[in-house]
Parts: sequence; C-alpha cells; structure tokens
Amino acid sequence: MTMIFGIPLQAFLGQLLIGLINGSFYALLSLGLAVIFGLLRVINFAHGAQYMLGAFAAMLMLEYFGINYWVALILGPIVVGLFGAIIERTMLSRLYDLDPLYGLLFTFGLALTIEGTFRYLYGAAGQPYSVPAQLAGGTNLGFMFLPIYRGWVVVVSLVACIGTWLLIEKTKLGAYLRAATENPVLVQAFGVNVPVLLTLTYGLGAALAAFAGVLAAPIYQVSPLMGSNIIIVVFAVVVVGGMGSIMGAILTGYMLGIAEGLTKVFYPEASNIVIFVIMAIVLLLRPAGLFGRDA
Amino acid sequence: MAPLLQVSNLNAWYGESHVLHGVDMTVGEGETITILGRNGVGKTTTLRTIVGIIRERKGEIRFAGKDMANVPLHRTAHNGIGFVPEERGIFSTLTVEENLMLPPVVAEGGMSLEEIYELFPNLLERRASPGTKLSGGEQQMLAIARILRTGVKLLILDEPTEGLAPVIVQRIGEVLKTLKDRGMTVLLVEQNFRFASRVADRFYLMDHGRMVADFPVGELPGKMDMLHKVLGV
Repeated sequence: MTMIFGIPLQAFLGQLLIGLINGSFYALLSLGLAVIFGLLRVINFAHGAQYMLGAFAAMLMLEYFGINYWVALILGPIVVGLFGAIIERTMLSRLYDLDPLYGLLFTFGLALTIEGTFRYLYGAAGQPYSVPAQLAGGTNLGFMFLPIYRGWVVVVSLVACIGTWLLIEKTKLGAYLRAATENPVLVQAFGVNVPVLLTLTYGLGAALAAFAGVLAAPIYQVSPLMGSNIIIVVFAVVVVGGMGSIMGAILTGYMLGIAEGLTKVFYPEASNIVIFVIMAIVLLLRPAGLFGRDA
Repeated sequence: MAPLLQVSNLNAWYGESHVLHGVDMTVGEGETITILGRNGVGKTTTLRTIVGIIRERKGEIRFAGKDMANVPLHRTAHNGIGFVPEERGIFSTLTVEENLMLPPVVAEGGMSLEEIYELFPNLLERRASPGTKLSGGEQQMLAIARILRTGVKLLILDEPTEGLAPVIVQRIGEVLKTLKDRGMTVLLVEQNFRFASRVADRFYLMDHGRMVADFPVGELPGKMDMLHKVLGV
C-alpha cells in the first residue's frame, strides 16, 4: 500500500476530500457573513438558522409540493433571501443607529426563535433528504471511492463563491456595495438608495446561507440544530480570514476545512479543536485576520 | 427670475449644539459663489445641510423652485445638486474609473467619459489604479470629475484647494472656469482667498453661524479692511 508521511494514501486523500467538502460549506457561509458584516456592520448570528432554513425549505418543498432538488436549489435561497430581506427592512434596520451589540443580540434572538420553532414543529432528530437520482452513486478514482454528490458540492460551491466574488468586485452593483461599505453617507448623497442596498445585501447573505443549507441537506441530516452546530466554526473562519474581506472568507473557509480534515488523519483527537487553535494563534499574531485590511 | 438656490433662515444642529443660526443666501443660475469665513463658523455645515446630510435642520431650502425639506438624501442628486466633500471621498476599494462611474447620471447634459478624460488626462492614464493611490491633486480632480458626469445643475465644493500645490490650485481654477463657460452653477467654501477672488462672481462672508456680508467680486478691493478684520488674515 502506498504510504504518505506514514499514513495510507487512501486515508490521506479521503480526509482531504472530506476537508474540502466541509471547507465548501465554511466558505459559502463565511462569505455571506463577511458580505453582511462588511456593509451592515452586523454580526449575523442568525446565519446558522438561515442555513438550516434552506435545508428545511428543500425538505418541506419535496414533502408537500413534490418540488425536486434542482428546483429547491434555486427556490430555497429565494424564499429564505426574501424572508431575510423582510426581517432586515422591518426590524434589523431600526437598530443601525444604536450600538452594534444590538444587531448582534437581535440576530442571536432571531436564531433562537427560528430554531426553537422548528424544534417544536419537527423535533430535534434529523430527517433524511435523499441525494437526487442524477447525482447518486459514486466513482472509483483509483485511490478512493468518490460519492458523486460530494464532488458536485465542491464544484458548485466553488462556482457560487467565485460568482459572488465577481458580483462584488466586477459589477456596478458591487461597486455600490464596496463604496457604501467605505462611506455610506456619501454614496447616498450621490443618489444611491443605500437603505435598499442594505436590504438587498442582507437578503443576499441569507440566500447564500440557504443555498449552503440546500446543498447540505442530502449530506447531513436535516435538523433544527444543524445551523448552530456549524455556525460556531464559521465564525472562527471569519475571524481567521478577517472580518469584511470577501476573498479572505472564501480562501480561509477552504483552508480551514482542509486543515480540519488533515488533522483527522495525523492526530484525530485534535480535529475538533484545530480550527479554534488556529483562530487563537491568528488573533495573537494578526488581530485583523489573515486577509483583514485594518488592525 | 427666481434664483436656482434660495436658502432662508436656515438653522442646523449637531445633536445638542446649534451650529447654523438663520443662514440666508441665494445662488443664481450660472453664478459661482464663494463662502468665506474663519474656521468653525459653519461653512461646511451650511453645505452639508443644503445637500441634506445634516437632517436636524429648520428653515427653507428651495432648489429650482422645489422645497427640499422632505427630500431624502438619496434624492438630492436626482434633484440636481452634486457634492464634493472636503475629505474628497475617493473610495479605496474602487478603481479610478469605478470611482468616476459611481454616481448615477441624474439628468442629461453631463459630460461624457471622453470629455472628462480630455479635461483630466491624468485620470485616463491611471484609470485602473485604486482611487486612493492618486496624488492629493488627482484625487480632487477625480472628486470633481465624477460629479460632472451626472448632469447636476449645482456643484457644491468644500475647500477644493485645501492642502494642494499652487500648480494644482491653478489647474482647479481653470477647470472651474471651463465649467462656468458651460453654464454650471457653483457654490464653494474656500480659505484660499486669492483663488476665490479669481473664480467667484459673488461672495458671502460667514460668522457665528450666519451670513454677515454679501458682495460681488467688483467690490472686493473696497472690502479688504473689513475682510481682514473678520477673517483675521
């Protein structure tokens, strides 16, 4: 058997792939958090709940309306994004003039409310959501067996991350977003409706979380707590990457997912804490994060 | 004919502090007006209140016949008022060209990108650089240029020559004259007295949150003693 650093190659590549898949979710979720924080200066604690809502949207659409995975992948984020936009417009927007802590507390309360409601309605146990027929099965790569759905998750989340990055860095709308992040009052004086821009941004962030949620539904169990399980790690990713840096959030998501996967190979006991150890080290050496602009 | 901008008994506050105490002024179409005054008398506040950035205000602001009291900030530009702030407000995460294209076009009659690059050739050369990598003078040119694209009728400038080299100040003076020839109305706050006397048609002198004098450029020589006293120069 081929060995690498004293570890079977199969195990190494297998964990690398699992790390890449986890990293895809970290990247998608931390990207949304970074976009929201950049413009709204709100730490969106409801992000995990919005991810969970995406997975539930897919499951419930299938159960009640027979809507398949492919349609849910588009429709789920739209529904959750609209929900986010309504929350921003009716509630969150009233808190912008207050201390940033209020935004954090509000979204934290919102997350507890949403998760509590779903726990009440559907119980804490996870529910299965099957892999779409077109992506069922797997392929033998020679060194390992790759479930096709997991390969799909890696590819499609990469596309979504790059797409979001292009939207922000290369389009007119993105230029408004970047400018409003720097100086919202001046952008508004130029004739751009910044309050609407904030609503759109929060809706976009929530939609990205829900997109990750729909992608996650066939891999993890669809459960009311799936969001709070992952969101703590995602916050660590954002801190390591640097708050408000879009590309930083994406790259750090993949990097930490892979770091976590590889730790499972070399020192499995540490795999649950490795991301937080990295976060502590980064905070000590570079408080603004690896890609953060200002200290 | 009614003036393009009419400000009557304008009061403004920063929280508890009452900064403008009944400002009265008019700006006629095509005029270039300069507000003079010492630091802290309310010149910048006057501009920011007219634009609508400062919302704690009372009194009347009438622009092109329209009462601006209830116009939200993001509609100010659409009504024809363009603003170049004192700190210039160039965005560091945007390229020069993105900065230039950022303010939405609100009316016809603005300059085309070609005309702007002809007027400011430096910006064409550096159009792919981040906005804040430009020199101070180039940033000021960019801050003015991006408003010229939008087709606004009134250009409001807060200390456009502050901290710039004489040759750049001269260049900004030429640009303002070009704009005047095109019929643009300009309202500016300026500490550089010599610069102001070259570009302005009329002056307002501000002290303690109100206008204390108003005179055309022709009367400037006779007012020098009074100006020296009030400005302390």
